[in-house]
Amino acid sequence: MTQIKEALRILISILREIFDEAAYSRFLQRNRISSSPAAYAEFWRERQIKPPKPRCC
Amino acid sequence: MLDGMNRPLSILVWAVVSLLAATATAVIAVHRSEPINALWLVTAATCCYALGYRFYSKFIAARILAVDALRATPAERLENGRDFLVTNKWVVFGHHFAAIAGPGPLVGPVLAAQFGYLPGTLWVLAGAVFAGCVQDFVILLFSVRRDGKSLTEMAKEETGVVGGLVAYAAVIAILIILLAVIALVVVNALKDSPWGTFTIAMTIPIALLMGLYLRRIRPGKVLQVSGLGFLLVLLAIWGGQWISQHPAPAQVFTLSAQTLAISIIVYAFAASVVPVWLLLAPRDYLSTFVKLGTIGLLGIGIVAIHPTLHMPAFTRFVDGTGPVFAGKIFPFAFITIACGAISGFHSLISSGTTPKLVARETETRIVGYGAMMAESAVAVMAIIAACVLQPGVYFAINSPAGVVGQTAQAATATISNWGFPVTAADMQALAHAVGEQTLFNRTGGAPAFAVGMAHIFSQSLGGGTLMALWYHFAVMFEALFILTILDAGTRVARFMIQDALGHIYKPLGRTSWYPSIIFTSALIVAAWGYFLWQGVKDPLGGINSLWPLFGIANQLLATVALCVATTIIIKMHRAKYAAVTLIPLVWLVAVTFTASWHKILDPNPRVGFLAQARALASAPATSATARLIFNNHLDAAVTGLLLVMVALVLFESARQWIGVISGRQEARVKETPFVMTRLTEERA
Repeated sequence: MTQIKEALRILISILREIFDEAAYSRFLQRNRISSSPAAYAEFWRERQIKPPKPRCC
Repeated sequence: MLDGMNRPLSILVWAVVSLLAATATAVIAVHRSEPINALWLVTAATCCYALGYRFYSKFIAARILAVDALRATPAERLENGRDFLVTNKWVVFGHHFAAIAGPGPLVGPVLAAQFGYLPGTLWVLAGAVFAGCVQDFVILLFSVRRDGKSLTEMAKEETGVVGGLVAYAAVIAILIILLAVIALVVVNALKDSPWGTFTIAMTIPIALLMGLYLRRIRPGKVLQVSGLGFLLVLLAIWGGQWISQHPAPAQVFTLSAQTLAISIIVYAFAASVVPVWLLLAPRDYLSTFVKLGTIGLLGIGIVAIHPTLHMPAFTRFVDGTGPVFAGKIFPFAFITIACGAISGFHSLISSGTTPKLVARETETRIVGYGAMMAESAVAVMAIIAACVLQPGVYFAINSPAGVVGQTAQAATATISNWGFPVTAADMQALAHAVGEQTLFNRTGGAPAFAVGMAHIFSQSLGGGTLMALWYHFAVMFEALFILTILDAGTRVARFMIQDALGHIYKPLGRTSWYPSIIFTSALIVAAWGYFLWQGVKDPLGGINSLWPLFGIANQLLATVALCVATTIIIKMHRAKYAAVTLIPLVWLVAVTFTASWHKILDPNPRVGFLAQARALASAPATSATARLIFNNHLDAAVTGLLLVMVALVLFESARQWIGVISGRQEARVKETPFVMTRLTEERA
């Protein structure tokens, strides 16, 4: 049971990382702000200046 | 896990795995008389990957790279919560796999199935274990030891300025040709298909809706909104069926290849210019959500149904006369299948975001080598999906009208004469079952893969009545994949061009300056749009000329990556083990050079660009003749340029190797100095 829970926890962590939820949480933590439309806009302003993650063929 | 076993048990387990690998590979290699079951391919692949990972990657990690769990990685030393971040190894694995898995391992093996199931399967297995996984692993580790530097930066530092410039040019060339080829795959999948076109068109407002929802209503709740987006996409697939059954709306969404090409070019330009959060990011989330789910579902479907492969081990087309693309099994099978065996593009990801997340050097093995094994497994699934089709059906779908004939009767007669019986009535029934007007001449690989996937799914979920829904689900899945790469690839290329132009005129380098954004986006879209247009107008279906060009460009980048890796290994005083990257390098050079030679100079007009130009010049002229001749000359020039680039980077690297081995040159690697890790086991 513990192993299944651990596997699920890792799966959710993977999905949160792939889907940028974890990156957004870190952004909120780093800037000590809570989630809001303005915070999310700022998160994207910061990311927009960099090229997107490459996706392979 | 098996590392922790006691020794006799471990030896026994690996002996059984080796025996299974040998038996399954022998069955698929030797069996000829009757169709074989897909489970043999699954068993061979699983066991080969397990052996490759357990023994070969461990040997590379220990003997050559000397991976060191105590050496701090850039994720630890430079942690900033943004780019550099200590991350759980499985999370990095998932992140890396999601980035490297695209439509390539699905499309390439489907096209190469024209040679039979065996060549593609053996190349995917051997290529992945001995070349692709090795490339991804060593480049990732070398990037980790250089503060997460990119391949182009490493090439410049380790092999000289020429290596860096070639790597840069190769990346741009690959992106342009890749974007053109994959856009052509979408065009061929959606032309004259109101159901598919409607479904894919709907993904644009769905992505916009997701972007706005994330921005205004539930900021950052991406998983939630992706699930919602997925439900809307399923609704769009269902709606597409309704559209296709009603003449008036069906007419609106029945588009020719040219109209689709223009629509995609305009769309990609818009996607490159609008804010990332509005379209690119939500589409990326949606595509990843569908991608991971579908790959998992297909894997389960294949194991559960374990279908029979109807394609023979070899077809008569190993002689180079294939209708899907012209050219002999060597080198063209190895150019056509890139991503499932070795893909240069992966080296960009292994030296991109991934090295900045790895917590310990030892984890580069599972992330670099392991994720590529998973990618290769996807390619095996694609081979199975293509080969479960009756060969006659496979060739009817994948052959251009210019080769098999313009009418259904002519096409089926030609294909049946090749020894692959198929009738117009069979094809009509299949088209009807998947909700299409026709399945003839659907070149590009995606429709054949979709039919195969629908065939597998419909046997386990829903039966024949859901065949049409599964087919359009598969088309949507591939097209969504591809459009995401078009969005991201155009933007990545735009950033690279802006970076270069910034050295000439500073404001052009500013990635937020709109005139520069519009100018560079137009430049990059025009470049791949030209090749796309060329493919759409090509009487041989476009894939015949563009896919090999893409394969050559992609393998060129792999050549650059392996040159960099070999140079570093030699400089690390591990020259006696350099064969690990040198043998795949020699193989790729042989493949790339031979393929380029054929594509430029082969006297067969279906293979050689110059021969085709000559054939066009001597045939009765039409309004398109001059342009087709120019296109062939352009393709020959691009191929020649790629060839010269390979030669240059090889020459530069060989000079370094000889210099170091002979002692004339100092063997100095540009690694970041050793710093002891402070990570505890729990945190890593």
